[in-house]
Amino acid sequence: MSAFGEAFVYLNDPFNWTRTGGILDLLVQHLRISALAVLLAAVLAVPTGVLLGRSGRGVGAVVVVSNVSRAVPTLALLTVLAVTPLGFSETGTVLALAAFAVPPMLTNTHVGFREVDRDVREAARAMGMSRGQMLTRVEFPLALPLVATGVRTAAVQVVATATLAALVGGGGLGRIINLGFGQQDTGVILAGAVLVAALALLTELLLVLLSTAVTPGPRRWPLRPVRASRAGEPEPTSSGVPS
Amino acid sequence: MASLGALSATSGPAAPVLAADEAPNPWFDPSYVTDNWDTIVGHLGQHVRLTVGAVLLGALVALPLALLARRTRFLAGPVLGLSSVVYTIPSLAMFAFLAPFTGPLSATTVLIGLTLYTLVVLVRNFLAGLQGVPADVREAARGMGYGSARLFFRVDLPLALPAFMAGLRIATVSTVALVTVGVITGNGGLGQLIIGGLNANFYRAEIVTGAVGCVLLAMVADVLMAGLERLLTPWTRAVR
Repeated sequence: MSAFGEAFVYLNDPFNWTRTGGILDLLVQHLRISALAVLLAAVLAVPTGVLLGRSGRGVGAVVVVSNVSRAVPTLALLTVLAVTPLGFSETGTVLALAAFAVPPMLTNTHVGFREVDRDVREAARAMGMSRGQMLTRVEFPLALPLVATGVRTAAVQVVATATLAALVGGGGLGRIINLGFGQQDTGVILAGAVLVAALALLTELLLVLLSTAVTPGPRRWPLRPVRASRAGEPEPTSSGVPS
Repeated sequence: MASLGALSATSGPAAPVLAADEAPNPWFDPSYVTDNWDTIVGHLGQHVRLTVGAVLLGALVALPLALLARRTRFLAGPVLGLSSVVYTIPSLAMFAFLAPFTGPLSATTVLIGLTLYTLVVLVRNFLAGLQGVPADVREAARGMGYGSARLFFRVDLPLALPAFMAGLRIATVSTVALVTVGVITGNGGLGQLIIGGLNANFYRAEIVTGAVGCVLLAMVADVLMAGLERLLTPWTRAVR
């Protein structure tokens, strides 16, 4: 039987889904780890991005953080955290994933708040708004699309990267792929690949719809033909790293 | 070492310290690097080969795609959309998708997977670079009698080169990091050291050597690409 047939059979066996440590268990674990990591990273990155962006400082630092994170392999950080006293725990995985979720959120929040039009700020102040009112009623709505992009990029990246935890003895759907490779069973490998890829793509789709829904102003629906960007400047902020 | 740890734990209830914890397991050990130099260099070589191969293959495929996407505007959307779908697929799943066709233990699996990821970065940047070439400049060149090949090499390429190089640079650095995931097929370059150390009873020196090696390699690659960029586009310096 071909690998496709075997994968189909594997995915169609209810026992593979419902047993202890089965697909559903792994999925729940995968989502729990991802959610915790995104939450932790958001708590750290978004306020920092707001502070730095409003004051217009720390541009260099933000760029350095995002560049360095690109060079550090996720697998390396996961492994290093696994051999610290944290050991093989979900905490280690969550920390490692959160560390890689910080840069996209930080960069996008920073740019979002920095790029708020100076004149708009001045007008708001002239209308007698306090700093708090300016933040919640002027700057935040204007920066929201970019902040949402940052959170979405980070969340999709975390869901994707959580797969790697299986390589260092952690949980999540990556286990199925790891098991398949360990047994040289192409059917199981393919079944795991389908599950992981579907989860990542669904997360992306869901978050794109969500961020479009919460963004104020005229709707800019995603997946529309891409506008030509400025000369020689490819999408600067939002692109994450493949994981 | 695990059995030693269990022994000491049972023999001394007053001091519940595992022997495994007491055994020296430094984070970095120069003697590890010198003693295992050949192994490290072997993995490093594979790491470099996979990175260079993936970026070159990616560039070879991305350039025609970007040219096509610029020429036929309605193709630009699907090309970019498809590439962001590829980008969303986790690398482990990507290797797993390829494994049934290219073999679960072959380096080809890793090379093709990495190439697909570089493709995403490169198509975007190549397209952005090409779209940044002013239409009137191209028209002027065509009016001067430039054919399409000469137009590309004498007008498009020089003007789009900074964007091209930026794309190649990002692709190279992120590929260096991604190669480590190839460890699932046994072809992970320096990633072999990371997972090898984990399996060798959490041998920290080996893990850290692999991890630091990856970061250093990425930095060296970044600096080399930056140097190449300066070398290839001397005019951008004069303007600034």
